[in-house]
Amino acid sequence: MRSALALVAGTALFLGAAQAQELRVGFMATFTGPGANLGQHLRDGFLLGVDHLGGRLGGLETKLFIVDDQLKPDVARQEVDKLLEKEKVHFVVGVVFSNILLAIYKPVIESGAFLISANAGPSQIAGAQCSERFFSTSWQNDQTHSALGKYAQDKGFKRVFLLAPNYQAGRDGLTGFKRYFKGTVVDEVYTQLGAVDFSAEIAKIQAAKPDAVYAFMPGGPGIALVKQYAQAGLTRQIPLLSAFTVDDTSLPALGAAAEGLISASQWAADFDNPANQRFVADFRKKYGYVPSYFAAQAYDAAQFIDAGVKGVNGKLDDKAALRDSLRRAQFPSVKGKWKLNTNHIPINDFYYVTPGKLPDGTPAMVKGELVFADYGDEYAKDCPMRW
Amino acid sequence: MKSEYRATALDPALLVVQLLNGVQLGLLLFLVASGLTLVFGILDVINLAHGVVFMVGAYVAASTFLHSGSLLLAAAAAPIAAALLGLVLDRLVLRFLYERSHLDQVLATFGVVLFVDEAVRTLFGPAALPFPLPASLEWSLPLPGGTSYPAWRLVIIAGGLVLAAGLFGILHRTRAGMLVRAAANDARMLEMLGVDVRRLFLLVLGAGSALAGFAGALAGPIMAVQPGMGDNVLILAFVVIVTGGMGSVQGALLGALLVGLVDTLGRAFLTDLVRTLLPPAAANEVGPALASMAIYLLMAIVLLIRPQGLLSVRRAAR
Repeated sequence: MRSALALVAGTALFLGAAQAQELRVGFMATFTGPGANLGQHLRDGFLLGVDHLGGRLGGLETKLFIVDDQLKPDVARQEVDKLLEKEKVHFVVGVVFSNILLAIYKPVIESGAFLISANAGPSQIAGAQCSERFFSTSWQNDQTHSALGKYAQDKGFKRVFLLAPNYQAGRDGLTGFKRYFKGTVVDEVYTQLGAVDFSAEIAKIQAAKPDAVYAFMPGGPGIALVKQYAQAGLTRQIPLLSAFTVDDTSLPALGAAAEGLISASQWAADFDNPANQRFVADFRKKYGYVPSYFAAQAYDAAQFIDAGVKGVNGKLDDKAALRDSLRRAQFPSVKGKWKLNTNHIPINDFYYVTPGKLPDGTPAMVKGELVFADYGDEYAKDCPMRW
Repeated sequence: MKSEYRATALDPALLVVQLLNGVQLGLLLFLVASGLTLVFGILDVINLAHGVVFMVGAYVAASTFLHSGSLLLAAAAAPIAAALLGLVLDRLVLRFLYERSHLDQVLATFGVVLFVDEAVRTLFGPAALPFPLPASLEWSLPLPGGTSYPAWRLVIIAGGLVLAAGLFGILHRTRAGMLVRAAANDARMLEMLGVDVRRLFLLVLGAGSALAGFAGALAGPIMAVQPGMGDNVLILAFVVIVTGGMGSVQGALLGALLVGLVDTLGRAFLTDLVRTLLPPAAANEVGPALASMAIYLLMAIVLLIRPQGLLSVRRAAR
């Protein structure tokens, strides 16, 4: 009798252990509202990454829970609580927008799960509030802005006109630009969030006659700005540098209006490393459109989790070992190299990128010259983690 | 790093351009607001779904232009599709709301906004549609002082003026227009006089939707054609009709021009103005905040002095 009980208990234990061999991943992004396009890129990139690994991250049966944050912090919080408590996920991945990441940051890292950002990189999390439960496969928000500031400086632009939406990220973006641009700021214009008409701002630009314009105008307003800038005939007269405005998510809508405009990125679809060539080709085959950096970062997130979990042989319960394994993880990143900073945010090479064509003639953002090599963000020094 | 913020307000050439920009924005808003104000004036219905009619106009114009390459065809298809959508919405939703409270109308038509936005997202995808201009319209008129005026903006001004003139012509010179104006004053009396007010309602809703759809076609090349693009425009259109007087088309025109000018001039000059009073960092905070509030301040001041709006319709008690 006793031995039978022991056998039952042993079987139960064994079953418990077998169940723990399942990897549970929550994926959160914005799928409704104006940011839905970005969420789609992020999800499709991640799904392709999972697909390339045979649906098994780290060699484990992988169960995926995809949720929509609706770009509302309160909704994101509810959804992440469900992921953590009901679905008991080991990883939460995704998140397009910084305010959403900040809303779910504490609940996830305090629950014992790992949080992998495939896009948003707010300064708080990069700096003093960094966590050993948080990793990023993208960048810190300021880096792209800083890369463009350095580009403007390197190109010898003396007088630059700055334009951004009137909210915290807009002001942070222009601060990031000014960190490396040492010339004169002719004017600094903050537009209403969600603005659709830029005629007043464009007239101001024409009157100020700067050497270049720097704009941070994500989403629909950015598309409107670039179209109106081109219609005013300015595209060829005054270079328009921008961050998160002209990219592979907006390029199809912009078409010729974006010709010759400059942005910066740590990745472009024409990077010629084998991992990236496979990623871009299979992505286009599966989804029928050109991937953006959102998709690339999310693809890397799947590879990153895979490498981290493989490093502990699928033992998900030893969090410290899993953390160390994630820190050491090496995988063929679509960026061509993979290196984490002490704050768990990648150290990237930044290139300037501009609208061009892939080898088959499809329009895409293509790589220009290197702007920053091995660029770690400015906030890492405030992060107390040392490893 | 140095800053050389210049006060640009004194440059007369720039002032002319900004006035033109304000008038152009105003005319675009008028096309959306005129339908909204008529529907309110005659049907007493607050129709939040007017914004999605604008969006559908832009989508139909963009798709028609992409497939046919003809801007004229696009400009014709947009108002027709928008009018049809307006009538379908009336059959499915609005007609059940005529006698209900304004809150019920707001809730129900807001539901329509969510539904149509998601339907468009499902049909066309979440990414913005391309809506390039034909090469013949990709030039801009050089103006003194180094500024220029894009051809498409001139088209918007011309289109807005022609339609505004046509609308006033119909309202004031035709029998149907007379009936519409009469219905705005007292629909019940008109019905007792033997006029089929239901048909008049449909005519107004169809025409108002067509105007919004045409506005969508005009705005397509300058805006991002994407789900939800009508939402911000709808908010501005409501500011216009509240300022101008709900139910009055003249009021909508006056309100639209005021809102367009105040918004544009606010964005153009307010921050520079504040910089003469405050240090640059503070001015960069206060100026943009003031500029985005300007039209709401305008509305508040108008309502304080004339609670019924600038040119309200004298209406019989309901």
